[in-house]
Amino acid sequence: MFYREAGHFKDNYRADMATFPIREDRIGIITLLLIALVAIPLVHLAGIPPFAGDYFFNAILIPFLILAMAAIGLNLLAGYCGQISLGAGAFMGVGAYAAYNIAIRIPEMPLVLTFLLAGAVSALAGLAFGFPSLRIKGLYLAVATLAAQFFLDWAFLRMAWITNYSPSGSVSAPPLVFAGWHADTPVERYLVVLVFTIVVAWGASNLVRGNLGRQWMAIRDMDIAAEIIGIRPIQSKLTAFAISSFVLGLAGALWAFANLRSWEPYAFSIDRSFQLLFIVIIGGLGSIIGCFLGAAFILLLPLIVDAVPRWLSIPVPAGAGSNITLVVFGALILLTLIFEPHGLARIWGIAKHKLRRWPFPY
Amino acid sequence: MLGIDPTKIAFFAEVLVSGLLSGVLYALVALGFVLIFKASGVFNFAQGAMVLVAGLALVRAFGWLEASMPFWLALPLAIIFAGAVMTGIAWAVERFVLRKLVNQTALTLFMATIGISFVLEGLGQQIFGAQVYKLDLGLPRDNLFALESLFDGGILLNKLDLWSAVLAAVLVAALVIFFQKTRMGRALRAVADDHSAAQSVGIPLTRVWFVVWTVAGLVAIAAASIWGSKVGVQFSLVFVSLKALPVIILGGLTSIPGAIVGGLLIGAGEKLAEVYLGPSVGGGIEQWFAYVVALVVLLVRPQGLFGDRIIERI
Amino acid sequence: MSIRITKLSVLLLSAALCLPAAAEAQENGQFIPVVSYRTGPYAPNGIPWADGIVDYLELVNQRDGGINGVKILYEECETGYATDRGVECYERLKNKGPTGAAFINPLSTGITFALTEKTLVDKIPLITAGFGRSESRDGSVFPWNFPLIGTYWTAADVAIQHIAKELGGTDKLNGRKIVLLYHDSPFGKEPMPVLEVLAKKHGFQLTMIPVTSPGVEQKSQWLQIRQLRPDYVVMWGWGVMNPTAIQEAANVNFPRDKMIGFWFAGAEPDVVPAGAQAVGYKALMLQHGAGRARVHDDLDKYVYGKGLGKAKPADTGGVLFNRGMVGVMLGIEGIRTAMAKYGNKPMTGEQVRWGIEHLALDEKRIKELGFEGMISPVKISCADHEGTRTSRIQQWDGKSWNIISDWYTADEAMLAPLLKEAAARYAKEKGITPRDCSKES
Repeated sequence: MFYREAGHFKDNYRADMATFPIREDRIGIITLLLIALVAIPLVHLAGIPPFAGDYFFNAILIPFLILAMAAIGLNLLAGYCGQISLGAGAFMGVGAYAAYNIAIRIPEMPLVLTFLLAGAVSALAGLAFGFPSLRIKGLYLAVATLAAQFFLDWAFLRMAWITNYSPSGSVSAPPLVFAGWHADTPVERYLVVLVFTIVVAWGASNLVRGNLGRQWMAIRDMDIAAEIIGIRPIQSKLTAFAISSFVLGLAGALWAFANLRSWEPYAFSIDRSFQLLFIVIIGGLGSIIGCFLGAAFILLLPLIVDAVPRWLSIPVPAGAGSNITLVVFGALILLTLIFEPHGLARIWGIAKHKLRRWPFPY
Repeated sequence: MLGIDPTKIAFFAEVLVSGLLSGVLYALVALGFVLIFKASGVFNFAQGAMVLVAGLALVRAFGWLEASMPFWLALPLAIIFAGAVMTGIAWAVERFVLRKLVNQTALTLFMATIGISFVLEGLGQQIFGAQVYKLDLGLPRDNLFALESLFDGGILLNKLDLWSAVLAAVLVAALVIFFQKTRMGRALRAVADDHSAAQSVGIPLTRVWFVVWTVAGLVAIAAASIWGSKVGVQFSLVFVSLKALPVIILGGLTSIPGAIVGGLLIGAGEKLAEVYLGPSVGGGIEQWFAYVVALVVLLVRPQGLFGDRIIERI
Repeated sequence: MSIRITKLSVLLLSAALCLPAAAEAQENGQFIPVVSYRTGPYAPNGIPWADGIVDYLELVNQRDGGINGVKILYEECETGYATDRGVECYERLKNKGPTGAAFINPLSTGITFALTEKTLVDKIPLITAGFGRSESRDGSVFPWNFPLIGTYWTAADVAIQHIAKELGGTDKLNGRKIVLLYHDSPFGKEPMPVLEVLAKKHGFQLTMIPVTSPGVEQKSQWLQIRQLRPDYVVMWGWGVMNPTAIQEAANVNFPRDKMIGFWFAGAEPDVVPAGAQAVGYKALMLQHGAGRARVHDDLDKYVYGKGLGKAKPADTGGVLFNRGMVGVMLGIEGIRTAMAKYGNKPMTGEQVRWGIEHLALDEKRIKELGFEGMISPVKISCADHEGTRTSRIQQWDGKSWNIISDWYTADEAMLAPLLKEAAARYAKEKGITPRDCSKES
């Protein structure tokens, strides 16, 4: 539409392998980053709706970014390596509780390091629960990962040291401080989350283009064939579990520290796992952009379905409203799956393809 | 007996029997999953929502009918009404979802069933109400003591549990006969073996799917009446399906005997674990214990105890 | 590039979300958000509770034309008992109306925990009548939390007092066995510290058995209870866990009149499904139980008479319906107290906080409000955000709840040190310097 992807000539290998080989794409991504990093906070300070209040940051942008990040984590495992996990929420929980424990036990630790360590703890947990994947496959594995979900749910509730012996088992995060900078306001927390999300998205998109990503995809497409051509399934499956859990753990730590602030184990229950799997599948398995599209879809759809009657001033009884939301949400998921089983990312690709030729049909 | 306190043995027997009785119910819910998986390759997460809708339809129709006619007439009519609702759902699912998703991956189909379960939960609660409804099907609820001659004080059993188990066992037997002996059952098995081969010999695929979802719907009615009698018909019936998941992977996704044996194993195993191991670690372990048992079995047999052997070709 | 479109669509959607809100005519009045759950696993309990709240708000508007003439604006938001949806509701509704939300009553312990820090920043009182975190009674550390008319700790003490009375004296507790059967969540774990202290003090043996949420399957728990043969079972349940527990108690021949439910295990949805098995089951009352008072007549006249009621008219006297009314009534009276100081106009959250903190309802005022017999006199202060520590016990006879005890008052001498410790712990963790309550006016 606006530009063609032709006419970009590379004269060295490095340029050819760049993350964004097309100049317009680079401009696009930089503009986008500028909007996200600079323009949105400025608009907020200027007090222009909808960015004026806290609502947009607290209820939409921060959860959106963290869920997108968590979805990237799950997508590495489910979309790229083909190992379906129904325990993603629990690994977010591992990250959250690990970060909490490190932060209160070693308060001197810089928070960034705390988050990374939390991710590492989660990666270890992911490794441990990833071992069955060497033998169990497909739907059997998916259900077996529920063992991780329920065991970890139980551990958060039962092992008192995880919650620092809080009598009720619900904990609240220490303040979000980075080298003396207090991230207290919603916009500041948004920026923190944004930076982490950008780094993860960038890292993940490079990872999947590299050696490891290709190994994962080979395993996903047919693990026996991959083994025959010399890919070690043990190594690649376990790295997928570990790296996926690392990202999930990081997202969980942010979910706890930047979004919820105080939480109970239920925040990382099986519902969260299903939500993440939805994001990944609706967004598109094996697509980083899909994670963002899917997160926006899953997060905003119920809000919009809920809000439409309000805009149109149709009185809906409260109970009926939420039932209708549920029905419409379910129906839209079905429609998306029927219309495009490969997710929003594929729809986006098709749209791009069509626009390239627009207005002439090919 | 080697100096073991007989009351302890009696208690052990009680735990075991209760576990087995629960296991029969798990098997019933698991059967709903297995039927659909066998015939259409769909891992039907909406089974829980189907139990909810079946229960709500049954209890509301029953409550309404009972006001104007005797119990013995109202009950069958209510069951017929619930059956009609479940048939309608089966038809809609086949017509609007399955038919459109032919040849998609198992994962897409799995997700689609979660979508279906949202729709069913929303519609069910909207049409039939989200309150808790008491369901009294006239089953006895009192307790009895068994084997009093063998153990001092006997084993305490509840008649409702016994009747539930009997009902479930009868249903399971009926389903097995349906699958093995009837024309439709053979068609179902043929489809389960190979979709395209079945279609090429003239078995109507869509009708088979419709039938199998209807049967799963009827299983849901049975599960809903049993659980509904115990705890009232309410949204939480949806969670009953989570109890069936370890059962089906333990028994094998494609095996009816697997669902039965798996149900009994999980039922007894989790109760024994909770009662004997639970207190030393703070309790509440039965939920994950069931999954861990299933996981351990899968490590030895990746297709479950009775599942079809997974043969991979390149 | 693709990410840009994502963002763009997010922006457009958000603009769409927020613009109509901004475009709405700002009606003058006091905005009260109603955060409720009418769907999901806890809907059977959430529906009557929310009905009570909404009906009472409507009653105040219809009968009195609002609070001292200031009309109440309200909006209901569905949480499905999920914490993140509750937080979204809170964020959406907190700035509505000319002065923002007057107070918020989240009807869930999980959401309460998540909002405790947010309300502090936004300056909105958090009313948790009968639930929430027990140590938030200490207003010097938790200025914005109001666990009005009964905390979990009060409930735990009253339950043991009643058991002692049934046994014939506190000294009879020695050597007895009491089981706490609890919903495995922060809500269910709240009473533990108090019960542990009491067990040590009175010498009874306390066994705590968790029930994994939601609790549709409790065979193993009740087998354990059968093996243990306790004298009493104290049950901290919510939702489907309660009828299941009663049914399973019947299955193991455990006498239902030796079961004492917490006040969230003592409403109609908890006992009705278990049918005849529930006869004799006892539960704590949060001040009120089921039944009608004068306020219900007003409801019939002003709300149901005009066809504005939410519930079925027959259900208006239910336990949870009354709980909704009492909770929101206390909030409204807090607003009224604030108006006495700041004038009859919509109050801000800060003013409402002052009002609730100085709320005092004596017998006369309770009678005027039509709540006679439903609550005992309440007096809130900076140091005491609970207001009253009394409760009674009710028993289910198969058709209705009957009050079977006098008022019990929780033992302040036992609770106060625990409370101080917990609040101090929280203050230390959060770096809060407690207010000096003696200097508050």
